[in-house]
Amino acid sequence: MKAGLRTVGALMRRGLNEILRVPGGAVPGVLAPTIFMLGLAAVFGKAASLEGYGGVSFLAFILPVGMLQGAGFTGAATGVNLARDIERGWFDRMLLAPAPRPLLLAGVVASASLRALLPASFLLIVALAFGVDWPGLLGLSLAAVLVMGLAAAMACYATLVALRFRTQQAAPLMQIGSFVAVLFTTAYAPRELLAGWLRAIADVNPVTHVLEGVRQGFVGDVTWAATWPALVSVAGLVLLFGALAVRGMRRQGI
Amino acid sequence: MRRSVVALARRALVNALRKPQFLAPLVIFPSLFLAINVGGLGATRELEGFPAVDGFLDYQLAAAILQSLLLGGVSAGIAVALDIEGGFFDRLVASPTPRVAIVLGRVLAASVIAAIQVVYFLVLGLIFGASIKGGALGVLCVLAIGVVAGTGFGAIGVLIALRARSASTVQGIFPLVFVVLFISSAFFPLELLSAPADVIARYNPLSFIADGMRQPIAFSNEALPVLEGLLTATAIAATAIGLSILALRGRLRDA
Repeated sequence: MKAGLRTVGALMRRGLNEILRVPGGAVPGVLAPTIFMLGLAAVFGKAASLEGYGGVSFLAFILPVGMLQGAGFTGAATGVNLARDIERGWFDRMLLAPAPRPLLLAGVVASASLRALLPASFLLIVALAFGVDWPGLLGLSLAAVLVMGLAAAMACYATLVALRFRTQQAAPLMQIGSFVAVLFTTAYAPRELLAGWLRAIADVNPVTHVLEGVRQGFVGDVTWAATWPALVSVAGLVLLFGALAVRGMRRQGI
Repeated sequence: MRRSVVALARRALVNALRKPQFLAPLVIFPSLFLAINVGGLGATRELEGFPAVDGFLDYQLAAAILQSLLLGGVSAGIAVALDIEGGFFDRLVASPTPRVAIVLGRVLAASVIAAIQVVYFLVLGLIFGASIKGGALGVLCVLAIGVVAGTGFGAIGVLIALRARSASTVQGIFPLVFVVLFISSAFFPLELLSAPADVIARYNPLSFIADGMRQPIAFSNEALPVLEGLLTATAIAATAIGLSILALRGRLRDA
């Protein structure tokens, strides 16, 4: 058990070291969601005057989208880094280690979860500077948990893609998964204002619940009714993609 | 000279088609954005100040085309940077190929890809219920502005690649594409943008190009916006091609 935790910790540190040693590598993951958040707020800001937004600013409405996009980018980056390790042979050496495959995956995914807090924190600071209300400690904690959870799920998905294609050229496939998952929700508008086809997709997309869970603290009060579907959805995504990624890891080198 | 330009353009096109991972994002991401914008923000047509249009898709189509063309410029830049990194550029310079053809070949390929992008989005729009109010002439206007703008963005990509000489640096301008696009009237009417984006958008050349393409799609073939769009695109293309040729000469002088 102790050895397992040490393995996970070492892989987590390796993932986090990249931020310190290649800080430029983390910039796109932070910059892109920030640009999207501010850009969308500048362009579509007046949309918030429509009935349905509940009188909150568009920036407050869109901030959770940016946070989840940041989590998605971080998850995708984990897959790209794994593909790089596969291309360079480091992954094969890692497989020779006497550590169970699920632990190797856990280390990689845990580092993605922690790294996702970097863009989320930056976005929060920017949004607060532009007048978004403080979500409260409970709202913020819940947002952090959900962002970390989604990053873990997306890291598992990206790992799955990396193990399947074994090349960094599959990066767009990793990014597009989180892109679609996050934006085909109530990302831009409340459910009642969505077009019928998008509402139908948002209704069955579990990330909609995650988004609403992160959003609630920024647009109103945190309620259990919005919290439990978010937690169940993110746990389900982690379990589903985690199980598939573990299966993919176990098949390596056979 | 002409044969060299065509041969280099053909090589660039064949290379692009052989690596769909570079071409696919040019249409996939703008298509997804188009879908999300239309599905998520269609209700904004009810806002006071929003022009009367048949559908939000009609309004957003020009934005998707412009976004795709800008990404095409980044893609052209990356291709040139990869040629430089891989040593092909040096071999080309050592051959008796006219120098200007190196730039013009790549820019011509960008024009062809731009035409494909414009046609793709017009067809996509028609499939999903958009109507082109300007009819066949309107299609030609959109195609003309789109191809000239795509040529200009391709030349800007070449210019950056010749200066930066690194694919990752060119890739780094990707977020800037969205910054420039967001502070234009590509996605939303000028009057409804928030400050200070509305002020910047008024002078942003992309606003003229977007409005020039949008006019025949969503409204009519009114000459002024179309001409403004075409002139702006031409000015960008001419300036960027000129600067790219100068950058190439500067690079050869340094070598």
